[in-house]
Amino acid sequence: MHALHDGKFKSLEEIAVQIREDILKMLIKAGSGHSAGSLGLADIFTAFYFHILNHNPKKPNWKNRDRLILSNGHVCPARYAAMAHAGYFPKSELLTLRKLGSRLQGHPELQCLPGVESTSGPLGEGSSQAAGLAYAAKMDEAKWRVYCLMSDGELQEGQTWEALMFAAKYKLTNCTFIIDRNNIQIEGHTETVMPLEPLVEKFKAFGLHVEECAGNDIRDFVNAIERAKEISEKPTVIVAHTIPGKGIDFMENKFEWHGKIPVGAEGRKALAEIRTLQGKIKSEHE
Amino acid sequence: MPFVLKEIPRLKYAATRDGFGLGLLEAAKKNKNIVVLSADLTESTRCLPFKEKFPERFIQLGVAEQSMASIAAGLALGGKIPFITSYAIFSPGRNWEQIRTCIALQNANVKIIGSHAGLNVGPDGATHQMLEDLALTRVLPGITILSPCDVAEAKKATLAAAKIKGPVYLRLAREASPIFTGSTTLFEVGRMQIFREGVAATIIATGPLVYEALKAAEILKIKDKLNVRVINCSTIKPLDKKTIIESAKKTGVIVTVEEHMVAGGLGSAVAEVVVANHPVPMEFVGIKDKFGESGKPQELLEKYGLTARYIVAAVIRTIARKNKK
Repeated sequence: MHALHDGKFKSLEEIAVQIREDILKMLIKAGSGHSAGSLGLADIFTAFYFHILNHNPKKPNWKNRDRLILSNGHVCPARYAAMAHAGYFPKSELLTLRKLGSRLQGHPELQCLPGVESTSGPLGEGSSQAAGLAYAAKMDEAKWRVYCLMSDGELQEGQTWEALMFAAKYKLTNCTFIIDRNNIQIEGHTETVMPLEPLVEKFKAFGLHVEECAGNDIRDFVNAIERAKEISEKPTVIVAHTIPGKGIDFMENKFEWHGKIPVGAEGRKALAEIRTLQGKIKSEHE
Repeated sequence: MPFVLKEIPRLKYAATRDGFGLGLLEAAKKNKNIVVLSADLTESTRCLPFKEKFPERFIQLGVAEQSMASIAAGLALGGKIPFITSYAIFSPGRNWEQIRTCIALQNANVKIIGSHAGLNVGPDGATHQMLEDLALTRVLPGITILSPCDVAEAKKATLAAAKIKGPVYLRLAREASPIFTGSTTLFEVGRMQIFREGVAATIIATGPLVYEALKAAEILKIKDKLNVRVINCSTIKPLDKKTIIESAKKTGVIVTVEEHMVAGGLGSAVAEVVVANHPVPMEFVGIKDKFGESGKPQELLEKYGLTARYIVAAVIRTIARKNKK
């Protein structure tokens, strides 16, 4: 991975828009799922699959690949869409999400779809699995890295902190934890449901290096990932501030959209907003 | 060679956890991918020799059984064969959902070692007496469950677990119990062993209580002139259905024996097979919907009705039910 030049940055932004559109179509077709978090992570998944990860979509089990563990499995539509765009499987398969017989399970399953790296959904377990993987890589002196993408809400799970203590104790510097700090969870804002702040200080107190970035700014996120790789004393946590429901005015920052999907006219309105970049451009599809 | 309970003049005792410790060391010498995870119970789970011999493959997690199960799954994804070691009450007790999602559903090659299972942890009391672990693990698709009857079998079970590609739960006891099998006793995952032949009834037992079942058979023979078949069920899953059905047909009476809740344990597993294939009168020797308490292991086995005399009574009652038909 290297720094992003302007041309590449521009193309990544365009891919992220396509991924957002696919996420929305998938959720509408599925009839259920998690809209806000999935849309908020389109930029981060784009950055991973099109710039950060050392991977080969044609060889999902290539042993030297970087591993991206998704802990909050409910945002998997974003991962599936990015994987399809990267060439892991045909884009047409995206519309099978949550349907009987689909490899695109409602929450991702390792046994179903090569490349998803782990089964997840029940919160708080990804950080431990990522730490275990990173420990195995260190034992084997392997060069590949582990990235663990987690939600902010799942930091309320005690297991997360067990995993972070472990990562700090064993100096798992080959593992980078990324927090999708979108401030929402099912029943409201995280700070109302169960306050997480002061979050950065908590991570520091647990022996981790902390970086912050704007999670919907691909360049800012890539730079944070680059800085994390430079840190050789401690594992790094990146607090990526994102906008839940990003790209759709009536969803942005609304916790009500955590676990539901737009239906009927709402769905059409949402798609139009994505296609026009919230009215900034004229849609090609119109 | 079939098992024969001989008169053992000086019966020796050891805990099944000791057999695990020996098996682990032997398996680890053969396979460098084996790693051991400890949640602050290295000595009492008998992992100390492994830690001393292979310090680079020993991972201390502190008191964090939930993370331990998931970290092990991650290690398995990275090609290792993790043995997660703790007391059964914490693993698979505390961390059941992590085992379900990260280990069973992913078919991760993780070995879950639950020591101190059953009432025999004695003075520690109900909080530490794991009586539900077979029920908890039996409902997980794809997992292998081993419950050895003595130290020698525990060693064999450990070696077998290391070779299985996939999740295994190994149930171990803290307390020393009779050593009554040896190097020539057959052990095969998924196969019950007939330790004593008979036609009047079948006793299917698991864990160290198999010895109580053999004592019960001896009493039944001497006092009641009844020859009963005694089966050691050291693989709870996959269950040896063939031997269960054959025993039901041959003896017409089945009594199960376990240091575990009757609900969901060996008895339930055997009953599912019997009811669906060849219904015969059954009775269940086990814990009857109660928590344990502090006491000496032998006192507790007596109080909770798990010793030979209770097995004898259950067999006689069940034979009477058969004869009434």
